[in-house]
Amino acid sequence: MYRYDEFDHQFVRERVEQFRDQVERRLKGDLTEDQFKPLRLQNGLYLQLHAYMLRVAIPYGTLSSRQMHKLADLSAKYDKGYGHFTTRQNIQYNWISLADTPAILEELAEVEMHAIQTSGNCIRNVTADHLAGASADEIEDPRPYAELIRQWSTLHPEFAFLPRKFKIAVVGSEKDRAAIRFHDIGLCLVKNDEDEVGFQVHVGGGMGRSPFVAHQIRDFLPKEDLLAYVEAILRVYNQFGRRDNKYKARVKILVHEAGLDEIRAAVEAEYGHLQGGRLTIPRAEQDRILAYFQDPEFETLSDTDIAYERALQENPDFARWVKNNTHPHKKPGYVSATIALKSTGEAPGDADTHQLHVLADLGERYSFDELRVSHEQNVILPHVRKIDLIEIWATLVDAGMGAPVSGLIADIIACPGLDYCALANARSIPVAQEISQRFANLEAQQDIGPLKLKISGCINACGHHHVGHIGILGVDRKNEELYQITLGGSGEEDASIGTIIGPGFPADKITDAVETTVGTYLDIRQDENETFLQTYRRVGATPFKERLYGTA
Amino acid sequence: MKIVSANRLLDGIVVYLTAQDTWSEDVTQAAIAESDEEVKRLEGLADQAVADNLVVGPVVGAINRDGAKVIPIRNMERIRSLGPTIRPDLGKQADTFRVSNA
Repeated sequence: MYRYDEFDHQFVRERVEQFRDQVERRLKGDLTEDQFKPLRLQNGLYLQLHAYMLRVAIPYGTLSSRQMHKLADLSAKYDKGYGHFTTRQNIQYNWISLADTPAILEELAEVEMHAIQTSGNCIRNVTADHLAGASADEIEDPRPYAELIRQWSTLHPEFAFLPRKFKIAVVGSEKDRAAIRFHDIGLCLVKNDEDEVGFQVHVGGGMGRSPFVAHQIRDFLPKEDLLAYVEAILRVYNQFGRRDNKYKARVKILVHEAGLDEIRAAVEAEYGHLQGGRLTIPRAEQDRILAYFQDPEFETLSDTDIAYERALQENPDFARWVKNNTHPHKKPGYVSATIALKSTGEAPGDADTHQLHVLADLGERYSFDELRVSHEQNVILPHVRKIDLIEIWATLVDAGMGAPVSGLIADIIACPGLDYCALANARSIPVAQEISQRFANLEAQQDIGPLKLKISGCINACGHHHVGHIGILGVDRKNEELYQITLGGSGEEDASIGTIIGPGFPADKITDAVETTVGTYLDIRQDENETFLQTYRRVGATPFKERLYGTA
Repeated sequence: MKIVSANRLLDGIVVYLTAQDTWSEDVTQAAIAESDEEVKRLEGLADQAVADNLVVGPVVGAINRDGAKVIPIRNMERIRSLGPTIRPDLGKQADTFRVSNA
């Protein structure tokens, strides 16, 4: 993992002191709310429905056990005993006092964390594949490059007042586990014909009220030119992005209105000025960062183990968890284990103080002191021995985190919705809870197979409903919560935006509608190997509309 | 019937403007305006409280009354007056929840 050097420590400490002074001036009345709001937002502090909300960055989703323990401590000391993992690899605290915030940031700085650029019209927390550095299908670990982008973008003076927020995601495999095609810039490590590793660059993706799948703007970018090329895109966006209308200010709108060819030409021209200059990443600096992401000291293991195999045979509950919640690792005898924060009836992504400590302990004991958080609001132990899985699973079950539902219908993404969020039009979490209860039968979930269900409480789409195989969007119609269903979205390498299939359903009917949708799929799939998404893409919306509305 | 709510500057907690020109965490203590003039008067008091750095983001919201209960009409305002619907143990509703679970 990356460790702060003296410069990083000093920078974050100074930033905390700066914000402490700003808070004091605000409380004394020396700053008005209009003056203070952009300052608090630049430090991740929002004002939500019930209190201030602090959004803490977990850069590219990687954190240590010590950091997770600190997140747990903060939830007990300054919040109401829980935190909420978001779709942006952040954690949010919902009940924060403005007066406490400098102290919280000081405690975060002690463990090399902060909330800088988790809000505002700047380059946000860089996200990455949560299985980075572990997955068997990876070309190269994308996190060193995410870290380079983090360092380059942090308080970058030229990009502190962009037309709108800007999100960058990086993956190291063809398999897209970070929804890179729905980011302002999506980067994918690829090999060219000469077997060199570089970046495939996507630009202009996004969700929100105008969803777009990103365009591939460059097939292959040499690694040392990463920052030059990304800066070229940012410069073009900063110059030409619209500032007259916040709903048309994201780079996706610029790309859509100007066209990819024009944007590419402008980016390439700017890149021509920057390439080979001060933004070329020096080999020594690249190596310095890479050194932080070296593999831990893996043991040489056999890929199978008699005791482990016996436990799988003797304990079907454990076997189900292993089947759904573990992922092939690059080293024999190891897997990555997903801890689904999706127990039946619970709020997706929420973990209480005790659970956060349990997660930290598991990371320390079984995963080389390392944890990940995913955009699917789960926590991952990236490097665990198969022979340890039975103990890990038992600990998780005891702590209420043993849901064996990773990738299944109960592995729901949901934004905080109207229960917490000042932007929301409808509640999300109660819908997620009811659906998870309706589909609580694990055999039935297994039979349904891979199904991504995502819920947003407003069109800003923090719950990624556009890319749900089944997406649900909450809207407000004359003070009644209604829920629109979209079908056929995907946030992965086969990216697509879901289609609204008809009028919304009231809150007390939406779970029935989801059940009808799933029932339709089960009735018309070719066989049990055809997934929901495959079936939808084969037959289209008509059979689903007929069952839901009685007519196509 | 309308009331004025805001968030307290210091901790962000939802507060209501009372008839005594103070701010209460309890929606039942809110001053209820029954005329446009009265709404305007309350808005003026709220603006002064903003200028005095007591509260931020005052909003006027319509309510219904049910005996002593004051029930904001808009969903968002109702949730603000109680707490998250999914966590009856949190927010202003928590005291009621504790009593009912006693």
